Amino acid sequence: MTIKEIQEEIVDEFSMFDDWMQRYEYMIDLGKSLPLIDEQYKTDDNIIKGCQSKVWVHADLEEDKLSFTADSDAIITKGIIAILIRVFSGQHPKDIIEADTNFIDEIGLKEHLSPTRANGLVSMIKQIKMYAIAYQTQIK
Amino acid sequence: MQKTALDIQAIRKDFPILSRTINGQPLVYLDNAATSQTPKQVIDVIVDYYSGYNANIHRGVHTLSQEATDKYEQARIKIQHHFNAKLAHEIIFTAGTTHSINLVANGFSSLLKKGDQIMVSALEHHSNIVPWQMLCERTGAVLKVIPMNLKGELELEEYYKLLSDKTKLVFCNHVSNALGTVNPIKEIIEAAHNVGAAVLIDGAQAAPHIKADVQALNVDFYVVSAHKMCGPTGVGILYGKQEWLNKLPPYQGGGEMIAEVTFDKTTYAGLPHKFEAGTPNICGGIAFGAALDYMNAIGFDAIASYEQELLEYATAELLTIDGLKIYGTAAQKTAVISFNVNSIHPYDIGSILDKLGIAVRTGHHCAQPIMGFYGIPGTVRASFSFYNTKEEVDTLVAGVKRAVTMLQ
Repeated sequence: MTIKEIQEEIVDEFSMFDDWMQRYEYMIDLGKSLPLIDEQYKTDDNIIKGCQSKVWVHADLEEDKLSFTADSDAIITKGIIAILIRVFSGQHPKDIIEADTNFIDEIGLKEHLSPTRANGLVSMIKQIKMYAIAYQTQIK
Repeated sequence: MQKTALDIQAIRKDFPILSRTINGQPLVYLDNAATSQTPKQVIDVIVDYYSGYNANIHRGVHTLSQEATDKYEQARIKIQHHFNAKLAHEIIFTAGTTHSINLVANGFSSLLKKGDQIMVSALEHHSNIVPWQMLCERTGAVLKVIPMNLKGELELEEYYKLLSDKTKLVFCNHVSNALGTVNPIKEIIEAAHNVGAAVLIDGAQAAPHIKADVQALNVDFYVVSAHKMCGPTGVGILYGKQEWLNKLPPYQGGGEMIAEVTFDKTTYAGLPHKFEAGTPNICGGIAFGAALDYMNAIGFDAIASYEQELLEYATAELLTIDGLKIYGTAAQKTAVISFNVNSIHPYDIGSILDKLGIAVRTGHHCAQPIMGFYGIPGTVRASFSFYNTKEEVDTLVAGVKRAVTMLQ
């Protein structure tokens, strides 16, 4: 599936929720259930320090596609990470570089991706794009 | 429990923002230690300034400039009286507490030498740590830290041991922003003076709750921001004893702060203008005066006693939540409660409280050394003002319970 298709699928899933409580409960479940990153990658090199929560992100290149693992010390942040990884992992670097994250507004989680929120997520997306740029030069 | 003398419902009507809704819920504003809300009496003064007499001050002969200058200087005198400074020109208008601290730290660059010691408390906000570290880098002076105990109280005996004839400056907040501890500044100042050191007290968190008397405290510098005490952002003051302000060199060069300028030499203006280069925040200064009028009309004694009542009530109610731990349990506290519930991340609790219309602060509160001391990433901080109610405390407690149920 393309990034766009996955985003549409997520928007579709979230449209079933009636209110913020259900959206948050879903994200909290995502945050709780997924093992997101191998402990060996939770290093200082991979950490993004927000004022609010910490985020770790790690990337691997597998047959011209990038796979991401990430984690956070806050559950809601982790839930959003799970959504972002579902969108970006397994995609070509070029597609990742060109993708936007506007779907986050549509699923009602916009506030968590605000630069002023300082939860590490904005920097995480930036980091994902940086990885994509770096690995794209390797592919060429 | 003592019954409050304040008519809180009438006071709340003074604050237009308190009738707002957030995410469909009535706003419960409990982030007063970050910034307080503004009453219409202060908002009116801001509107009056821009609609009636907006002009640059101190240099115009025209009527508007005279009016603006008079109001601005009247505000300085109001502030002087509020903090009981001996002289009006000991009140320097600044952009706020951080600006005031940097002004003093910069001034001391020329007064310190290698091997001198300066001391900060373990309870400081970053803005009262970083400027002094920078000062140490510039001068070769050494930074010492007054330690704290688990309750969040400074260890005075350790402080007395650290003091010596090498100590030149001591910096401490009057009230800790992260924990609400009221520090024994009278004792701190006296002991510093006994070894010949100057003292700067950061009054940003104290000023909304405690009326400081700078002469009785015998403090050398006291700094405050208007926006934490019902005034606008971007304005504050540095109080400095005249003798100290005369010793410090100017901080910024520009208009207003000069006596005479030629390309060969500039002579500086006297106090307070020496430290007030450029066009100041005129409206902000005047509005700061109005904010003090507003708070004094309510009365600081009444404010303090009501806020203590809120603190006791909120502390007792929050502690009914299973697994809730309060950080900062000093005997003397302002109405600030920093807490965590089990190992739930403060960001998660704060995000859910926001959905419920409850504004609290989460994170390290720009006091990472304190969070490091407790070994936690941060806390949820509820900070109360005289316009908060016990019903709002109940809403907070219910909100935290709901968040915990969702998150655990």
